[in-house]
Amino acid sequence: MKADSETLDTFPKLLMHHARVRPGRPAIREKDLGIWQTCTWREFADEVRALAAALAAIGLKRGEHFALVGDNRPRLYATMAAGQCLGAIPVPLYQDAVATEMAFPIQNAAIAIAFAEDQEQVDKLLEIAPQCPSLARIIYDDPRGMRHYAKDRLVAYDDLLAQGRERLKADPSLVEREIAHGAGADTAAMFFTSGTTGVPKGVVHTHASLIGPARTAAELERLSENDVILAYLPPAWIGQNIFSVAQAYVTGYCISCPESAETVMTDMREIGPTYYFAPPRVLENLLTQVSIRMEDASRVKRWLYHYFMGVANRVGGAILDGKRVSLADRLLYGIGDLLVYGPLRNVLGMSRVKVGYTAGEAIGPDLFKFYRSIGINLKQLYGSTETAVFVCIQPDGQVKPDTVGPAVPGVELKFTPQRELVVRSPGLFREYYKNPQATAEVKDAQGWFHTGDAGYFDADGHVKIIDRVKDVGSLADGTLFAPKYLENKLKFFPYIREAVCFGHGRDRVCAFINIDPDAIGNWAEKRNLPYSGYTDLASRPEVYELVRECVERVNADLAGEPQIANSQIHRFLILHKELDADDGELTRTRKVRRGYIAEKYAPLVAALYEGRDAVHVEAQVKYEDGRTGMFAADLRIENAKIFAPAAAERAA
Amino acid sequence: MILAVENVSLSFGGVKALQEVSFDVKEHEIRAIIGPNGAGKSSMLNVLNGVYHPQKGRIIFRGLESRGMDPHRAAALGIARTFQNIALFKGMSVLDNVMSGRTLKMRCNFLQQALWLGAARREELAHRRAVEEIIDFLEIQHIRRTPVGRLPYGLQKRVELARALAAEPTLLLLDEPMAGMNLEEKQDMCRFILDVNDHYGTTIVLIEHDMGVVMDISNRVVVLDYGRKIADGTPDQVRGDQKVIDAYLGVAHA
Repeated sequence: MKADSETLDTFPKLLMHHARVRPGRPAIREKDLGIWQTCTWREFADEVRALAAALAAIGLKRGEHFALVGDNRPRLYATMAAGQCLGAIPVPLYQDAVATEMAFPIQNAAIAIAFAEDQEQVDKLLEIAPQCPSLARIIYDDPRGMRHYAKDRLVAYDDLLAQGRERLKADPSLVEREIAHGAGADTAAMFFTSGTTGVPKGVVHTHASLIGPARTAAELERLSENDVILAYLPPAWIGQNIFSVAQAYVTGYCISCPESAETVMTDMREIGPTYYFAPPRVLENLLTQVSIRMEDASRVKRWLYHYFMGVANRVGGAILDGKRVSLADRLLYGIGDLLVYGPLRNVLGMSRVKVGYTAGEAIGPDLFKFYRSIGINLKQLYGSTETAVFVCIQPDGQVKPDTVGPAVPGVELKFTPQRELVVRSPGLFREYYKNPQATAEVKDAQGWFHTGDAGYFDADGHVKIIDRVKDVGSLADGTLFAPKYLENKLKFFPYIREAVCFGHGRDRVCAFINIDPDAIGNWAEKRNLPYSGYTDLASRPEVYELVRECVERVNADLAGEPQIANSQIHRFLILHKELDADDGELTRTRKVRRGYIAEKYAPLVAALYEGRDAVHVEAQVKYEDGRTGMFAADLRIENAKIFAPAAAERAA
Repeated sequence: MILAVENVSLSFGGVKALQEVSFDVKEHEIRAIIGPNGAGKSSMLNVLNGVYHPQKGRIIFRGLESRGMDPHRAAALGIARTFQNIALFKGMSVLDNVMSGRTLKMRCNFLQQALWLGAARREELAHRRAVEEIIDFLEIQHIRRTPVGRLPYGLQKRVELARALAAEPTLLLLDEPMAGMNLEEKQDMCRFILDVNDHYGTTIVLIEHDMGVVMDISNRVVVLDYGRKIADGTPDQVRGDQKVIDAYLGVAHA
């Protein structure tokens, strides 16, 4: 392994290495026309080699950036690898971004060549082409619907591949020579951050900074070529890149591309990944689906489920952690495994999961425990685009719901006096592209990266993250106010999808709530409560009652935590619309943009603090048939019960 | 010219559903038939695929006059259709429904299929492949195994289109493909109709209520009113036609 890491210091070198040592092992799979098609490491390397030759012919040069827009597809990853062979730098872009969001990265990195998965992505690129004079070529994969497109700028992937194969016949070692020029310190890829604030920044990673942490984590979790993952998150997100490129190249495991975004559940069941990542949101949706289906199951099944989930809740986590559990409980858990947990893992497609990670935001303790209790080794990790993901990982047997674990080997961590977590590791990014000022703001002279996250070490030396440093504020009386912490507590209830808490510099905390239309819709159906849509549902007094109970339970909980007992939520309202990334209220990774929301809904915030019972809103709403109309109504504002710290025990 | 309708008249007892209607359909075009309620649109479609037999006039499909056409023969000749009120097998999966569209192309007999002989197996695989391509084309992979009855209306319409396509028709008749859909579903359906026309080169005759949709996607439009043809031409010509405005648009927007 040591010798490998010195000679195999770039992705293309690793790829060719796998083609030599495990040519017949599967490298990448894709479900096409209903059948899983496997591409071996040798086949994949051959395709990459031919494509690289063709890309060189159309002018892709060392050090130049090229864009990739599309879902997880073997051809996207092949194009990425082909460019890397030539020393060019892939810039994956979010495939669900609107056209205007793609213009900045393309201008910023002066991108000349872009890969687009299909007509939809080609259309977006063509739309912004006038503002992006550098964009000269668009390579498209799926030709459907593009028969009548002007071909001057477009080139089909298939044609390119054929050209490349021709070119290789004349000069078979062309690509190998280029690969040999590459070194670990070269830039490997650039990832644009979602841009919660201001313009997006291109995070520059070298081969070394991606391969290093990927290898450390793979060794920690003992990943091997026998592992399988399902690549279903956007390739533009560094995490997906780590799981489907960096770690695949380090260990030689196989990545599987689902047929479409809608088939992920089915595909996962068929593939049975052994290594899995899901943000808490996905895990929550899965659990919601399971719960809804259980409600509709027969009485016997429901009873079995509830009984054995009770058992799992009591001892499942301890069994997974290898702790001491009585024989009777072990037997009971064994029966449960046969009747409930096993089938449930199978339905979730997690029967073979050895290591599952979740990260990106705080995960509800109940949700986290649910997965662990049914025997899925779900763990939390902590990291960011700038750190190539792996900063903290919970080691097996030391898993806690409210921390993210200790530092990964090789990573140095400390907290500043302002409680900010700073990191120094081999996985740190080199810089923000063409933005030395932003780089200097987060990376100091000693090489410490300022994560912007606030938290502390718990008694076992695990890192606990509470909020973003810039969002941590204080109430008018000077006590700590961590809005994200409160919002997460609210969001852990299945009925609440989003919450936005206000309180910095104020005398008390108030909140906006977004209900979860699926969960509450189901709840309403059970009560024969008719409703016409989200807006109608959100204004129902019954729903307000339900949400108030949730808020009050959070308050009771907070009353037990002396540092933030003053952050109990005094008043709340349920917003008339769902917060949406398309309206700029959420980031693309679905984090609430608190400042923007406070500004956009300033009259509502004012009404919360003025003590009014209702506030009049007028807003444009988009109906399901596509028409837009004006919505005008009075939004109700309700008070929630506040618990004195001493009263907390009784209420909870 | 793939289809010519010449002086077709159809009546049910005293009701004259169609009177002396003539029009033609060119190879590879999208041809719309529009008109107010009861104008005879569905009757026209039913005449085209042999459900009804006109008392007068004739229909020439691919140079052959089709006398005594029945739906089964129409299908064998390459005419497929969808229905206004969705006629799928509700209890069967999407895949099975689309496979049923291949029935006329199956060559193996019952015994061969029951015994799952080599020929039957090869045939089944070839048909399955063709069907999977259509499933991929219409983006219904995620509901492949779902019973049709559990699907929302817009998707059922798409499945019906898939089944019609499975027969690899040269002429596709769509009876109100967009009825009852929301805007997004309509836009999707438009895109699929255009894609089918473009990709498979299928000639499409469609009946539609939604004027906007028709004008956007058809090459030529026939307008019927009380069983008579009152206009025929490109969407722009038809839109400007005074008789059409009076009979249809005028009434609809009064």
